[in-house]
Amino acid sequence: MLIGKSPKIPTSEIISETTYLNRRKFMGQSAALIAGSSLLGSAQAGLQEDDEITPEDIVTQFNNFYEFGTDKSDPFENAHTLTTDPWTVNVSGEAKKTGDFAFEDIIKGMTAEERIYRFRCVEAWSMVVPWMGISLKKILEQFEPTGNAKYVEFKTLVRPEEMPGQSSFFSSIDWPYTEGLRMDEAYNPLSIMVTGVFGKELPNQNGAPWRLMVPWKYGFKSVKSIVSIRFTDKEPLNTWQQLQASEYGFYANVNPAVSHPRWSQASERRLPSTLFNTNRRPTLPFNGYAEEVAHLYKGMDLRKFF
Amino acid sequence: MAKTRPNNTPKLALAVLASAPFAWLVYLIALEIAQPTSGLGPEPAEGLLHYLGEWSMIMLLVAFSITPVRRMFKQPLLARSRRMMGLFAFAYVALHLLAYIVLYVESSWQLLLEDFVERTYITAGIAGFCGLLVMAVTSTMGWRRRLGQNWLRLHKVIYLVVPLALLHLIWLRKDGFGDIALYILWFAILLGERVYQVRTSRSTAT
Ligand code: HEM
Repeated sequence: MLIGKSPKIPTSEIISETTYLNRRKFMGQSAALIAGSSLLGSAQAGLQEDDEITPEDIVTQFNNFYEFGTDKSDPFENAHTLTTDPWTVNVSGEAKKTGDFAFEDIIKGMTAEERIYRFRCVEAWSMVVPWMGISLKKILEQFEPTGNAKYVEFKTLVRPEEMPGQSSFFSSIDWPYTEGLRMDEAYNPLSIMVTGVFGKELPNQNGAPWRLMVPWKYGFKSVKSIVSIRFTDKEPLNTWQQLQASEYGFYANVNPAVSHPRWSQASERRLPSTLFNTNRRPTLPFNGYAEEVAHLYKGMDLRKFF
Repeated sequence: MAKTRPNNTPKLALAVLASAPFAWLVYLIALEIAQPTSGLGPEPAEGLLHYLGEWSMIMLLVAFSITPVRRMFKQPLLARSRRMMGLFAFAYVALHLLAYIVLYVESSWQLLLEDFVERTYITAGIAGFCGLLVMAVTSTMGWRRRLGQNWLRLHKVIYLVVPLALLHLIWLRKDGFGDIALYILWFAILLGERVYQVRTSRSTAT
């Protein structure tokens, strides 16, 4: 059975209290719960037959968040020092409502819904994660972006006292970490702001209190611990493009046909792997979400706009 | 102080020290096999590859340090350890390469070939490995005798192998250059010492 054919997206219902042992079990339960609703389609769009939810301790203890160090175990080890309350978000640029907002006020009255997404890192490893999130469109529209808003730019917190990676002498990143989307990408129903994972509050190491999640793009696009949202008419210069423009572009759509100069993107290692089996599987165009997002790039040369 | 009876203690101590990372790795692999992800993390093949890579680099620099340290501390006993440490470095690099072939690309010749040709950091790594291979093969007394003066000349490829290994590392790393800076500093000091030696021996000769 292949699910996720329905491009009709979110309602505000939420699936709760699910045990995340594996997807088959999960589907058995939730399918019974919400049979017939369009939610199944949107919550699990893009999932493949053999996708199983990655164990929670791997999702929360093995990831990249260079603000806390460059090893994939650093975020889990160091992020507990981060204070996420109070959390202020600055909104600026081409919008009617700009200024400083308390994070709680921005998401007030909105319910996070569950989205089980495939997650593909540019380093060629991947996971399947049950995020809890809010439609990005819903969040952005409250600031009433003007007609000049062609792009939206996000920035991560800069606080070296709590983020040891930011005071490292041996990092060449120009903080704050910056990412961006075209407005039509941001308004795509798949784009969400994540506030939780595995039915719990988002842990610091995964980008608390909120982070972007755009599952058809490489993981580095999904910027964490966001404190700034800016609407602009110019394409933002994202951090990795700024560091190495020959290797990382603005779009960063998952694309097996365009290799990273230093490794192939044709396949990926699904975590966890074992010592003698890297659990390699072919990478899908747009990470399996072509049906939902390919139309955004019609007529564009994706080799040029990688 | 120096006795005529050969003292094997420093060499033995070095051998034990140089084997320790390997022994620890065996332990990690045992953990990993007993319970996946417990020894080498959620990406054990990558964890193993990186572990062996780091120790390859360190052993290479240790082997390259033997001669200067011997000179500095007037410790001729160490001379007998140079070949051994060179072989240790070669062994770690060979295991690193083996891990890459068997566990990382899983013996897919297509992936291997693609990597060899397209990835400059792999090309640099392979070139470095080839240099070490030549040195390891010709490290026996037999080859030393056969090659005569050319043996010394041949073993100067170490001056290429270390920079190639550093290039390999610089090209593959995305950010977080702390350990690389240390390796480069270490190499620079060793090179400086050699330049100093050549200069002073020249000026005393004339
Ligand atoms: C001259 C000998 C070599 C030395 C000293 C060396 C050293 C290293 C070091 C220090 C690392 C990085 C570990 C880390 O970042 O934690 C590494 C990674 C790696 N090395 Fe080597 N290496 C050598 C030769 C080779 C060869 C011959 C190959 C394969 C043909 C190779 C393939 C790799 C790969 C695939 C990685 C991991 C890249 C990644 O993270 O994507 N190395 N090596």
